[in-house]
Amino acid sequence: MDNLRQGTIKEAKAKANRQPPFKKAAKGNLAEKIMHGVFLLAAFTSIFSLVLIVIFIFTNGLPMMVEYGLADFIFGQTWNQTTFGLLPMILGSVLVTLGAVSIGVPIGVMTAIFMAEFCPKKLYAFLKPAVNLMAGIPSIVYGFFALRIIVPQIRQLFGGPGNSMLAAIMLLSIMILPTVISLSESAIRSVPRSYFSGSVALGASPERSIFSVLVPAAKSGIFSSIVLGVGRAIGETMAVVMVAGNQPLMPRGLTQGIRTLTTNIVMEMAYASGQHRDALVATGVVLFIFIMIINTTFLIMKSKEAK
Amino acid sequence: MLNQKIKVRDLKLWYGKFEALHGVDLDIYENEITAFIGPSGCGKSTLIKTLNRMNDLVENCRIEGSVELDGKNIYSKKVELNELRKRVGMVFQQPNPFPKSIYDNIAFGPRTHGIKKKNELDEIVEKSLRQAAIWDEVKDHLDRNALSISGGQQQRICIARALAVEPDVLLMDEPTSALDPISTAKIEELVMELKEDYTIVMVTHNMQQASRISDRTAFFLNGDIIEQDMTRQLFTNPKEEQTDNYISGRFG
Repeated sequence: MDNLRQGTIKEAKAKANRQPPFKKAAKGNLAEKIMHGVFLLAAFTSIFSLVLIVIFIFTNGLPMMVEYGLADFIFGQTWNQTTFGLLPMILGSVLVTLGAVSIGVPIGVMTAIFMAEFCPKKLYAFLKPAVNLMAGIPSIVYGFFALRIIVPQIRQLFGGPGNSMLAAIMLLSIMILPTVISLSESAIRSVPRSYFSGSVALGASPERSIFSVLVPAAKSGIFSSIVLGVGRAIGETMAVVMVAGNQPLMPRGLTQGIRTLTTNIVMEMAYASGQHRDALVATGVVLFIFIMIINTTFLIMKSKEAK
Repeated sequence: MLNQKIKVRDLKLWYGKFEALHGVDLDIYENEITAFIGPSGCGKSTLIKTLNRMNDLVENCRIEGSVELDGKNIYSKKVELNELRKRVGMVFQQPNPFPKSIYDNIAFGPRTHGIKKKNELDEIVEKSLRQAAIWDEVKDHLDRNALSISGGQQQRICIARALAVEPDVLLMDEPTSALDPISTAKIEELVMELKEDYTIVMVTHNMQQASRISDRTAFFLNGDIIEQDMTRQLFTNPKEEQTDNYISGRFG
Protein backbone atom coordinates (compact mmCIF):
# COMPACT_ATOMS: atom_id res chain seq x y z
CA MET A 1 0.00 0.00 0.00
CA ASP A 2 2.64 2.49 1.08
CA ASN A 3 4.95 1.37 -1.66
CA LEU A 4 2.15 1.86 -4.10
CA ARG A 5 1.53 5.36 -2.87
CA GLN A 6 5.24 6.17 -3.04
CA GLY A 7 5.23 4.82 -6.54
CA THR A 8 2.40 7.02 -7.69
CA ILE A 9 3.94 10.06 -6.08
CA LYS A 10 7.21 9.39 -7.87
CA GLU A 11 5.37 8.95 -11.14
CA ALA A 12 3.49 12.17 -10.60
CA LYS A 13 6.72 13.96 -9.87
CA ALA A 14 8.35 12.56 -12.97
CA LYS A 15 5.37 13.67 -14.97
CA ALA A 16 5.48 17.14 -13.46
CA ASN A 17 9.19 17.41 -14.31
CA ARG A 18 8.54 16.58 -17.92
CA GLN A 19 6.16 19.49 -18.25
CA PRO A 20 7.50 22.98 -18.93
CA PRO A 21 8.51 24.52 -15.57
CA PHE A 22 5.90 27.18 -14.86
CA LYS A 23 6.63 29.28 -11.81
CA LYS A 24 3.24 28.61 -10.29
CA ALA A 25 3.59 24.90 -10.68
CA ALA A 26 6.96 24.97 -8.95
CA LYS A 27 5.45 26.86 -6.02
CA GLY A 28 2.63 24.34 -5.82
CA ASN A 29 5.17 21.53 -5.76
CA LEU A 30 6.98 23.03 -2.80
CA ALA A 31 3.79 23.39 -0.79
CA GLU A 32 2.89 19.88 -1.79
CA LYS A 33 6.25 18.58 -0.64
CA ILE A 34 5.93 20.30 2.70
CA MET A 35 2.42 19.03 3.28
CA HIS A 36 3.52 15.59 2.22
CA GLY A 37 6.14 15.75 4.95
CA VAL A 38 3.62 16.97 7.52
CA PHE A 39 1.21 14.14 6.80
CA LEU A 40 4.01 11.62 6.79
CA LEU A 41 5.17 12.88 10.17
CA ALA A 42 1.64 12.59 11.56
CA ALA A 43 1.32 9.02 10.34
CA PHE A 44 4.80 8.23 11.58
CA THR A 45 4.02 9.50 15.09
CA SER A 46 1.21 7.03 15.66
CA ILE A 47 3.13 4.14 14.12
CA PHE A 48 6.19 5.10 16.15
CA SER A 49 4.28 5.02 19.42
CA LEU A 50 2.82 1.64 18.55
CA VAL A 51 6.27 0.30 17.79
CA LEU A 52 7.58 1.72 21.08
CA ILE A 53 4.79 0.04 23.02
CA VAL A 54 5.46 -3.30 21.39
CA ILE A 55 9.20 -3.02 22.00
CA PHE A 56 8.71 -1.96 25.62
CA ILE A 57 6.23 -4.71 26.47
CA PHE A 58 8.05 -7.49 24.73
CA THR A 59 11.60 -6.61 25.80
CA ASN A 60 10.48 -6.33 29.42
CA GLY A 61 8.00 -9.18 29.40
CA LEU A 62 9.45 -11.88 27.19
CA PRO A 63 12.77 -12.46 29.00
CA MET A 64 10.88 -12.93 32.27
CA MET A 65 8.54 -15.45 30.63
CA VAL A 66 11.46 -17.38 29.20
CA GLU A 67 13.44 -17.21 32.42
CA TYR A 68 10.52 -18.32 34.55
CA GLY A 69 9.46 -20.97 32.06
CA LEU A 70 6.75 -20.25 29.54
CA ALA A 71 4.58 -23.21 30.53
CA ASP A 72 4.93 -22.47 34.24
CA PHE A 73 3.97 -18.86 33.61
CA ILE A 74 0.97 -19.54 31.37
CA PHE A 75 -0.37 -22.65 33.09
CA GLY A 76 0.73 -22.06 36.68
CA GLN A 77 -2.22 -21.81 39.04
CA THR A 78 -0.65 -19.93 41.90
CA TRP A 79 0.14 -16.24 41.90
CA ASN A 80 1.90 -14.45 44.75
CA GLN A 81 4.94 -12.25 45.28
CA THR A 82 7.31 -15.00 44.23
CA THR A 83 5.27 -17.48 42.22
CA PHE A 84 3.85 -16.27 38.94
CA GLY A 85 1.23 -18.64 37.53
CA LEU A 86 -1.01 -16.59 35.24
CA LEU A 87 -3.68 -19.20 34.50
CA PRO A 88 -6.24 -17.85 37.03
CA MET A 89 -6.10 -14.43 35.41
CA ILE A 90 -6.17 -15.80 31.85
CA LEU A 91 -9.24 -17.84 32.71
CA GLY A 92 -10.68 -14.89 34.59
CA SER A 93 -10.39 -12.62 31.57
CA VAL A 94 -11.73 -15.26 29.20
CA LEU A 95 -14.68 -16.19 31.40
CA VAL A 96 -15.66 -12.63 32.22
CA THR A 97 -15.45 -11.70 28.55
CA LEU A 98 -17.46 -14.71 27.43
CA GLY A 99 -20.09 -13.95 30.05
CA ALA A 100 -20.30 -10.30 29.10
CA VAL A 101 -20.57 -11.14 25.42
CA SER A 102 -23.25 -13.76 25.95
CA ILE A 103 -25.41 -11.22 27.79
CA GLY A 104 -24.42 -8.00 26.03
CA VAL A 105 -24.39 -9.17 22.44
CA PRO A 106 -27.99 -10.43 22.19
CA ILE A 107 -29.25 -7.28 23.91
CA GLY A 108 -27.03 -5.05 21.79
CA VAL A 109 -27.85 -6.69 18.47
CA MET A 110 -31.55 -6.67 19.19
CA THR A 111 -31.37 -3.01 20.19
CA ALA A 112 -29.55 -2.31 16.93
CA ILE A 113 -32.25 -4.10 14.93
CA PHE A 114 -34.89 -2.15 16.80
CA MET A 115 -33.13 1.14 16.20
CA ALA A 116 -32.51 0.51 12.53
CA GLU A 117 -35.90 -0.91 11.62
CA PHE A 118 -38.67 -0.53 14.18
CA CYS A 119 -37.88 2.54 16.20
CA PRO A 120 -40.34 5.45 15.98
CA LYS A 121 -38.58 8.64 14.91
CA LYS A 122 -39.27 10.47 18.16
CA LEU A 123 -37.85 7.67 20.27
CA TYR A 124 -34.86 7.38 17.95
CA ALA A 125 -34.06 11.05 18.45
CA PHE A 126 -33.61 10.22 22.12
CA LEU A 127 -32.17 6.71 21.86
CA LYS A 128 -29.35 7.43 19.44
CA PRO A 129 -27.73 10.22 21.48
CA ALA A 130 -28.26 8.12 24.59
CA VAL A 131 -26.27 5.24 23.11
CA ASN A 132 -23.55 7.65 22.00
CA LEU A 133 -23.46 9.08 25.50
CA MET A 134 -23.07 5.58 26.93
CA ALA A 135 -19.93 5.21 24.85
CA GLY A 136 -18.55 8.40 26.32
CA ILE A 137 -19.14 7.73 30.01
CA PRO A 138 -15.77 7.19 31.75
CA SER A 139 -15.29 3.62 32.81
CA ILE A 140 -14.71 4.57 36.43
CA VAL A 141 -18.29 5.87 36.50
CA TYR A 142 -19.55 2.53 35.26
CA GLY A 143 -17.48 0.88 37.94
CA PHE A 144 -18.92 3.08 40.62
CA PHE A 145 -22.44 2.40 39.39
CA ALA A 146 -21.80 -1.34 39.48
CA LEU A 147 -20.25 -1.12 42.92
CA ARG A 148 -23.25 0.65 44.38
CA ILE A 149 -26.07 -1.08 42.47
CA ILE A 150 -25.01 -4.46 41.08
CA VAL A 151 -22.70 -5.67 43.85
CA PRO A 152 -25.21 -5.18 46.74
CA GLN A 153 -27.92 -6.89 44.68
CA ILE A 154 -25.71 -9.93 44.11
CA ARG A 155 -24.77 -10.02 47.76
CA GLN A 156 -28.42 -9.95 48.71
CA LEU A 157 -29.60 -12.49 46.16
CA PHE A 158 -26.79 -15.02 46.27
CA GLY A 159 -24.94 -14.25 49.47
CA GLY A 160 -21.15 -14.11 49.41
CA PRO A 161 -19.12 -10.96 49.03
CA GLY A 162 -21.00 -9.52 46.07
CA ASN A 163 -17.72 -8.50 44.44
CA SER A 164 -17.65 -11.37 42.00
CA MET A 165 -17.32 -12.74 38.52
CA LEU A 166 -21.07 -12.19 38.05
CA ALA A 167 -20.76 -8.52 38.97
CA ALA A 168 -17.91 -8.08 36.46
CA ILE A 169 -19.89 -9.90 33.78
CA MET A 170 -22.96 -7.75 34.28
CA LEU A 171 -20.92 -4.59 34.35
CA LEU A 172 -19.03 -5.46 31.18
CA SER A 173 -22.15 -6.58 29.37
CA ILE A 174 -23.46 -3.04 29.86
CA MET A 175 -20.16 -1.47 28.88
CA ILE A 176 -19.93 -3.28 25.55
CA LEU A 177 -23.47 -2.26 24.58
CA PRO A 178 -22.64 1.03 22.85
CA THR A 179 -19.95 -0.61 20.71
CA VAL A 180 -22.20 -3.49 19.70
CA ILE A 181 -25.25 -1.29 19.16
CA SER A 182 -23.68 1.46 17.04
CA LEU A 183 -21.67 -0.85 14.80
CA SER A 184 -24.48 -3.36 14.33
CA GLU A 185 -26.96 -0.61 13.62
CA SER A 186 -24.82 0.92 10.91
CA ALA A 187 -24.21 -2.56 9.47
CA ILE A 188 -27.96 -3.16 9.24
CA ARG A 189 -28.56 0.28 7.81
CA SER A 190 -25.98 -0.23 5.11
CA VAL A 191 -27.85 -3.23 3.68
CA PRO A 192 -29.49 -2.11 0.40
CA ARG A 193 -33.18 -1.31 0.85
CA SER A 194 -33.87 -3.23 -2.35
CA TYR A 195 -33.40 -6.46 -0.38
CA PHE A 196 -36.22 -5.39 1.87
CA SER A 197 -38.56 -4.48 -1.00
CA GLY A 198 -37.66 -7.71 -2.75
CA SER A 199 -38.61 -9.73 0.28
CA VAL A 200 -41.79 -7.83 1.05
CA ALA A 201 -42.86 -8.17 -2.59
CA LEU A 202 -42.76 -11.94 -2.16
CA GLY A 203 -45.37 -11.71 0.56
CA ALA A 204 -42.96 -11.86 3.46
CA SER A 205 -43.95 -9.79 6.47
CA PRO A 206 -41.67 -6.86 7.32
CA GLU A 207 -40.51 -8.79 10.40
CA ARG A 208 -39.56 -11.85 8.39
CA SER A 209 -37.87 -9.64 5.82
CA ILE A 210 -35.79 -8.02 8.52
CA PHE A 211 -34.79 -11.20 10.33
CA SER A 212 -34.35 -13.48 7.33
CA VAL A 213 -32.90 -11.08 4.77
CA LEU A 214 -31.59 -7.83 6.22
CA VAL A 215 -29.93 -9.17 9.36
CA PRO A 216 -28.20 -12.09 7.61
CA ALA A 217 -27.00 -9.63 4.95
CA ALA A 218 -25.48 -7.53 7.73
CA LYS A 219 -23.96 -10.45 9.57
CA SER A 220 -20.32 -9.72 8.88
CA GLY A 221 -20.78 -6.17 10.16
CA ILE A 222 -22.64 -7.44 13.20
CA PHE A 223 -19.90 -9.99 13.77
CA SER A 224 -17.21 -7.35 13.71
CA SER A 225 -19.20 -5.34 16.24
CA ILE A 226 -19.12 -8.40 18.48
CA VAL A 227 -15.38 -8.77 18.01
CA LEU A 228 -14.81 -5.15 18.98
CA GLY A 229 -17.09 -5.68 21.96
CA VAL A 230 -14.89 -8.58 23.01
CA GLY A 231 -11.87 -6.32 22.70
CA ARG A 232 -13.54 -3.73 24.89
CA ALA A 233 -14.50 -6.31 27.51
CA ILE A 234 -11.12 -7.97 27.74
CA GLY A 235 -9.27 -4.66 27.93
CA GLU A 236 -11.47 -2.95 30.51
CA THR A 237 -9.62 -2.34 33.77
CA MET A 238 -10.74 0.37 36.14
CA ALA A 239 -14.40 -0.56 36.27
CA VAL A 240 -13.64 -4.24 36.65
CA VAL A 241 -11.14 -3.74 39.45
CA MET A 242 -13.90 -2.10 41.51
CA VAL A 243 -16.30 -5.04 41.42
CA ALA A 244 -14.48 -8.26 40.56
CA GLY A 245 -13.06 -9.13 43.98
CA ASN A 246 -9.60 -9.50 42.45
CA GLN A 247 -8.43 -12.60 44.31
CA PRO A 248 -5.67 -14.21 42.22
CA LEU A 249 -7.33 -17.60 42.46
CA MET A 250 -8.70 -20.05 39.95
CA PRO A 251 -12.34 -19.16 39.13
CA ARG A 252 -14.57 -20.87 41.68
CA GLY A 253 -18.02 -19.85 40.59
CA LEU A 254 -20.12 -16.95 39.42
CA THR A 255 -20.65 -15.42 42.85
CA GLN A 256 -17.01 -15.68 43.89
CA GLY A 257 -14.30 -13.15 43.26
CA ILE A 258 -12.08 -13.28 40.23
CA ARG A 259 -9.07 -11.47 38.85
CA THR A 260 -8.54 -10.58 35.19
CA LEU A 261 -5.33 -9.90 33.27
CA THR A 262 -5.85 -6.15 33.31
CA THR A 263 -6.70 -5.95 36.99
CA ASN A 264 -3.74 -8.17 37.80
CA ILE A 265 -1.47 -5.44 36.49
CA VAL A 266 -3.23 -2.51 38.06
CA MET A 267 -3.53 -4.19 41.48
CA GLU A 268 0.16 -4.85 41.94
CA MET A 269 2.08 -2.46 39.71
CA ALA A 270 2.35 0.21 42.37
CA TYR A 271 4.60 -1.83 44.68
CA ALA A 272 6.10 -4.47 42.36
CA SER A 273 9.82 -4.66 41.68
CA GLY A 274 12.31 -7.05 40.14
CA GLN A 275 10.90 -10.24 38.71
CA HIS A 276 7.48 -9.43 40.13
CA ARG A 277 7.37 -6.25 38.09
CA ASP A 278 8.52 -8.10 34.97
CA ALA A 279 5.80 -10.69 35.57
CA LEU A 280 3.23 -7.90 35.44
CA VAL A 281 4.67 -6.62 32.18
CA ALA A 282 4.54 -10.20 30.92
CA THR A 283 0.86 -10.18 31.85
CA GLY A 284 0.66 -7.24 29.47
CA VAL A 285 2.30 -9.38 26.79
CA VAL A 286 -0.40 -12.02 27.18
CA LEU A 287 -3.09 -9.35 27.07
CA PHE A 288 -1.47 -7.80 24.02
CA ILE A 289 -1.50 -11.16 22.25
CA PHE A 290 -5.19 -11.60 23.07
CA ILE A 291 -5.93 -8.17 21.61
CA MET A 292 -3.88 -8.97 18.52
CA ILE A 293 -5.87 -12.14 17.96
CA ILE A 294 -9.12 -10.21 18.34
CA ASN A 295 -8.06 -7.43 15.98
CA THR A 296 -6.79 -9.88 13.40
CA THR A 297 -10.13 -11.65 13.51
CA PHE A 298 -11.76 -8.26 13.02
CA LEU A 299 -9.56 -7.43 10.03
CA ILE A 300 -10.14 -10.81 8.42
CA MET A 301 -13.85 -10.32 8.81
CA LYS A 302 -13.70 -6.82 7.35
CA SER A 303 -11.83 -8.04 4.31
CA LYS A 304 -14.36 -10.81 3.84
CA GLU A 305 -17.09 -8.21 4.02
CA ALA A 306 -15.38 -6.14 1.36
CA LYS A 307 -15.48 -9.12 -0.96
CA MET B 1 -63.02 -15.17 -23.10
CA LEU B 2 -60.96 -12.25 -21.86
CA ASN B 3 -61.04 -12.21 -18.12
CA GLN B 4 -60.48 -8.89 -16.52
CA LYS B 5 -57.86 -9.36 -13.87
CA ILE B 6 -57.26 -5.90 -12.48
CA LYS B 7 -59.54 -2.93 -12.58
CA VAL B 8 -58.23 0.48 -11.50
CA ARG B 9 -60.81 3.19 -11.03
CA ASP B 10 -60.31 6.88 -10.39
CA LEU B 11 -57.02 6.26 -8.61
CA LYS B 12 -55.40 9.32 -7.14
CA LEU B 13 -52.08 9.18 -5.35
CA TRP B 14 -50.12 11.75 -3.40
CA TYR B 15 -46.55 11.75 -2.20
CA GLY B 16 -46.97 14.24 0.60
CA LYS B 17 -48.52 17.23 -1.16
CA PHE B 18 -47.47 16.21 -4.64
CA GLU B 19 -50.24 14.57 -6.63
CA ALA B 20 -48.56 11.88 -8.71
CA LEU B 21 -51.67 10.27 -10.19
CA HIS B 22 -54.76 12.29 -11.06
CA GLY B 23 -57.62 9.83 -11.13
CA VAL B 24 -56.46 6.96 -13.32
CA ASP B 25 -58.69 4.27 -14.86
CA LEU B 26 -57.06 1.12 -16.16
CA ASP B 27 -58.09 -2.40 -17.16
CA ILE B 28 -55.69 -5.32 -17.16
CA TYR B 29 -56.66 -8.65 -18.66
CA GLU B 30 -55.67 -12.18 -17.77
CA ASN B 31 -52.84 -13.84 -19.73
CA GLU B 32 -51.90 -10.67 -21.47
CA ILE B 33 -48.89 -8.44 -21.28
CA THR B 34 -49.87 -4.89 -20.48
CA ALA B 35 -47.15 -2.32 -21.02
CA PHE B 36 -46.94 1.11 -19.42
CA ILE B 37 -45.09 3.63 -21.55
CA GLY B 38 -44.44 7.33 -21.18
CA PRO B 39 -41.70 9.77 -20.22
CA SER B 40 -39.90 9.65 -16.85
CA GLY B 41 -41.74 10.82 -13.79
CA CYS B 42 -45.20 10.49 -15.30
CA GLY B 43 -46.55 7.91 -12.86
CA LYS B 44 -45.88 4.54 -14.52
CA SER B 45 -43.83 3.10 -11.69
CA THR B 46 -46.09 4.73 -9.15
CA LEU B 47 -49.14 3.02 -10.60
CA ILE B 48 -47.48 -0.38 -10.89
CA LYS B 49 -46.51 -0.17 -7.22
CA THR B 50 -50.11 0.41 -6.21
CA LEU B 51 -51.09 -2.92 -7.74
CA ASN B 52 -49.35 -4.90 -4.98
CA ARG B 53 -49.41 -2.07 -2.47
CA MET B 54 -45.66 -1.58 -2.42
CA ASN B 55 -46.55 2.11 -2.16
CA ASP B 56 -47.51 1.31 1.46
CA LEU B 57 -43.78 1.31 2.19
CA VAL B 58 -43.41 4.88 0.99
CA GLU B 59 -43.77 7.43 3.74
CA ASN B 60 -46.46 10.09 3.31
CA CYS B 61 -48.02 8.25 0.41
CA ARG B 62 -51.79 8.49 0.28
CA ILE B 63 -54.26 7.13 -2.22
CA GLU B 64 -57.91 7.48 -3.20
CA GLY B 65 -59.95 5.40 -5.59
CA SER B 66 -59.98 1.66 -6.02
CA VAL B 67 -57.85 -1.16 -7.37
CA GLU B 68 -59.75 -4.39 -7.84
CA LEU B 69 -58.07 -7.75 -8.25
CA ASP B 70 -60.54 -10.39 -9.43
CA GLY B 71 -63.33 -8.08 -8.40
CA LYS B 72 -62.10 -7.36 -4.88
CA ASN B 73 -60.71 -4.04 -3.79
CA ILE B 74 -57.15 -4.63 -2.60
CA TYR B 75 -57.26 -1.44 -0.53
CA SER B 76 -60.13 -2.65 1.63
CA LYS B 77 -59.25 -3.24 5.26
CA LYS B 78 -59.98 -6.95 5.03
CA VAL B 79 -57.16 -7.60 2.61
CA GLU B 80 -54.26 -9.61 3.97
CA LEU B 81 -51.28 -7.71 2.65
CA ASN B 82 -48.85 -10.63 2.53
CA GLU B 83 -51.43 -12.79 0.78
CA LEU B 84 -51.97 -10.01 -1.80
CA ARG B 85 -48.25 -9.72 -2.49
CA LYS B 86 -48.03 -13.47 -2.82
CA ARG B 87 -50.67 -13.30 -5.56
CA VAL B 88 -49.18 -10.23 -7.22
CA GLY B 89 -45.45 -10.76 -7.63
CA MET B 90 -42.95 -8.10 -8.56
CA VAL B 91 -39.67 -7.82 -10.42
CA PHE B 92 -37.70 -4.63 -9.93
CA GLN B 93 -35.66 -2.39 -12.19
CA GLN B 94 -32.36 -3.26 -10.56
CA PRO B 95 -31.90 -7.00 -10.09
CA ASN B 96 -32.10 -7.46 -6.32
CA PRO B 97 -31.29 -11.06 -5.46
CA PHE B 98 -30.64 -11.60 -1.76
CA PRO B 99 -27.02 -12.18 -0.76
CA LYS B 100 -27.76 -15.86 -0.34
CA SER B 101 -27.29 -18.92 -2.50
CA ILE B 102 -29.30 -19.23 -5.70
CA TYR B 103 -31.25 -22.05 -4.10
CA ASP B 104 -32.09 -20.04 -0.98
CA ASN B 105 -33.17 -17.09 -3.09
CA ILE B 106 -35.77 -19.15 -4.91
CA ALA B 107 -36.80 -21.10 -1.82
CA PHE B 108 -37.23 -17.93 0.25
CA GLY B 109 -40.79 -17.24 -0.92
CA PRO B 110 -42.10 -20.80 -0.54
CA ARG B 111 -40.44 -21.06 2.87
CA THR B 112 -42.09 -17.80 3.87
CA HIS B 113 -45.43 -19.31 2.99
CA GLY B 114 -44.88 -22.42 5.04
CA ILE B 115 -43.28 -24.99 2.75
CA LYS B 116 -40.55 -26.70 4.73
CA LYS B 117 -40.01 -30.11 3.14
CA LYS B 118 -36.75 -30.42 1.28
CA ASN B 119 -38.10 -32.44 -1.65
CA GLU B 120 -41.03 -30.07 -2.17
CA LEU B 121 -38.67 -27.09 -2.10
CA ASP B 122 -36.28 -28.83 -4.51
CA GLU B 123 -39.14 -29.32 -6.90
CA ILE B 124 -40.30 -25.70 -6.69
CA VAL B 125 -36.76 -24.40 -7.13
CA GLU B 126 -36.19 -26.47 -10.24
CA LYS B 127 -39.59 -25.64 -11.71
CA SER B 128 -39.22 -21.91 -11.11
CA LEU B 129 -35.71 -21.81 -12.52
CA ARG B 130 -36.87 -23.71 -15.59
CA GLN B 131 -39.80 -21.31 -16.02
CA ALA B 132 -37.40 -18.41 -15.83
CA ALA B 133 -35.22 -20.08 -18.48
CA ILE B 134 -32.13 -20.12 -16.31
CA TRP B 135 -32.10 -23.70 -15.00
CA ASP B 136 -29.52 -24.93 -17.48
CA GLU B 137 -27.16 -22.09 -16.63
CA VAL B 138 -27.26 -22.50 -12.86
CA LYS B 139 -28.30 -26.07 -12.13
CA ASP B 140 -24.75 -27.18 -11.34
CA HIS B 141 -24.08 -24.44 -8.82
CA LEU B 142 -27.29 -23.75 -6.96
CA ASP B 143 -25.23 -23.20 -3.83
CA ARG B 144 -23.36 -20.27 -5.35
CA ASN B 145 -24.08 -16.78 -4.09
CA ALA B 146 -26.71 -15.20 -6.32
CA LEU B 147 -24.70 -11.98 -6.38
CA SER B 148 -21.81 -13.73 -8.13
CA ILE B 149 -23.64 -14.26 -11.45
CA SER B 150 -24.18 -11.73 -14.22
CA GLY B 151 -26.79 -8.98 -14.09
CA GLY B 152 -28.97 -10.62 -16.72
CA GLN B 153 -28.84 -13.91 -14.86
CA GLN B 154 -29.58 -12.16 -11.59
CA GLN B 155 -32.69 -10.64 -13.09
CA ARG B 156 -33.89 -14.05 -14.24
CA ILE B 157 -33.17 -15.37 -10.74
CA CYS B 158 -35.42 -12.58 -9.46
CA ILE B 159 -38.11 -13.60 -11.92
CA ALA B 160 -37.76 -17.22 -10.81
CA ARG B 161 -37.92 -16.07 -7.20
CA ALA B 162 -41.17 -14.24 -7.91
CA LEU B 163 -42.60 -17.25 -9.78
CA ALA B 164 -41.75 -19.61 -6.93
CA VAL B 165 -44.64 -18.32 -4.82
CA GLU B 166 -47.02 -19.03 -7.72
CA PRO B 167 -48.49 -15.59 -8.24
CA ASP B 168 -51.38 -14.79 -10.61
CA VAL B 169 -49.97 -11.48 -11.69
CA LEU B 170 -46.37 -10.51 -12.31
CA LEU B 171 -45.47 -6.83 -12.11
CA MET B 172 -42.26 -5.83 -13.82
CA ASP B 173 -40.90 -2.35 -13.28
CA GLU B 174 -38.48 -1.71 -16.14
CA PRO B 175 -36.98 -5.17 -15.73
CA THR B 176 -34.49 -4.79 -18.56
CA SER B 177 -33.37 -1.19 -18.25
CA ALA B 178 -30.25 -2.19 -16.29
CA LEU B 179 -29.34 -5.00 -18.67
CA ASP B 180 -27.39 -5.46 -21.89
CA PRO B 181 -29.20 -6.16 -25.20
CA ILE B 182 -28.61 -9.91 -25.10
CA SER B 183 -29.95 -10.29 -21.58
CA THR B 184 -32.82 -8.02 -22.54
CA ALA B 185 -33.72 -10.22 -25.49
CA LYS B 186 -33.68 -13.29 -23.23
CA ILE B 187 -35.99 -11.65 -20.74
CA GLU B 188 -38.37 -10.44 -23.42
CA GLU B 189 -38.58 -13.92 -24.83
CA LEU B 190 -39.16 -15.27 -21.37
CA VAL B 191 -41.90 -12.76 -20.59
CA MET B 192 -43.76 -13.73 -23.75
CA GLU B 193 -43.67 -17.37 -22.68
CA LEU B 194 -44.80 -16.51 -19.17
CA LYS B 195 -48.00 -14.85 -20.28
CA GLU B 196 -49.42 -18.32 -20.96
CA ASP B 197 -49.66 -18.78 -17.22
CA TYR B 198 -49.55 -15.32 -15.75
CA THR B 199 -50.95 -11.87 -16.19
CA ILE B 200 -48.05 -9.53 -16.77
CA VAL B 201 -47.80 -5.80 -16.25
CA MET B 202 -44.61 -4.16 -17.38
CA VAL B 203 -43.28 -0.65 -17.15
CA THR B 204 -40.85 0.17 -19.90
CA HIS B 205 -39.00 3.17 -21.20
CA ASN B 206 -38.37 1.38 -24.39
CA MET B 207 -41.18 1.83 -26.91
CA GLN B 208 -39.79 -0.83 -29.22
CA GLN B 209 -39.93 -3.23 -26.32
CA ALA B 210 -43.55 -2.36 -25.62
CA SER B 211 -44.52 -2.79 -29.25
CA ARG B 212 -42.54 -6.04 -29.58
CA ILE B 213 -43.95 -7.93 -26.67
CA SER B 214 -47.08 -6.38 -25.18
CA ASP B 215 -50.69 -7.06 -26.07
CA ARG B 216 -52.02 -3.91 -24.58
CA THR B 217 -50.37 -0.58 -23.90
CA ALA B 218 -51.21 2.34 -21.68
CA PHE B 219 -49.60 5.69 -22.41
CA PHE B 220 -48.90 7.85 -19.36
CA LEU B 221 -48.26 11.55 -19.26
CA ASN B 222 -47.90 13.73 -16.15
CA GLY B 223 -49.89 11.48 -13.85
CA ASP B 224 -52.69 10.67 -16.31
CA ILE B 225 -53.27 7.78 -18.65
CA ILE B 226 -53.76 9.54 -21.97
CA GLU B 227 -54.65 6.47 -23.93
CA GLN B 228 -54.92 2.72 -23.47
CA ASP B 229 -55.57 0.24 -26.21
CA MET B 230 -54.39 -2.89 -27.93
CA THR B 231 -50.70 -2.36 -28.57
CA ARG B 232 -50.93 -2.62 -32.33
CA GLN B 233 -53.78 -0.15 -32.39
CA LEU B 234 -52.02 2.32 -30.12
CA PHE B 235 -48.78 2.25 -32.06
CA THR B 236 -50.23 2.32 -35.56
CA ASN B 237 -53.32 4.37 -35.12
CA PRO B 238 -53.31 6.36 -31.88
CA LYS B 239 -56.46 8.26 -31.06
CA GLU B 240 -54.81 11.05 -29.11
CA GLU B 241 -52.42 13.57 -30.55
CA GLN B 242 -50.13 13.41 -27.48
CA THR B 243 -49.75 9.65 -27.94
CA ASP B 244 -48.93 10.16 -31.57
CA ASN B 245 -46.33 12.78 -30.68
CA TYR B 246 -44.74 10.53 -28.11
CA ILE B 247 -44.56 7.32 -30.11
CA SER B 248 -43.27 9.13 -33.15
CA GLY B 249 -40.50 10.53 -30.98
CA ARG B 250 -41.47 14.15 -30.99
CA PHE B 251 -40.90 14.36 -27.22
CA GLY B 252 -40.05 12.14 -24.29
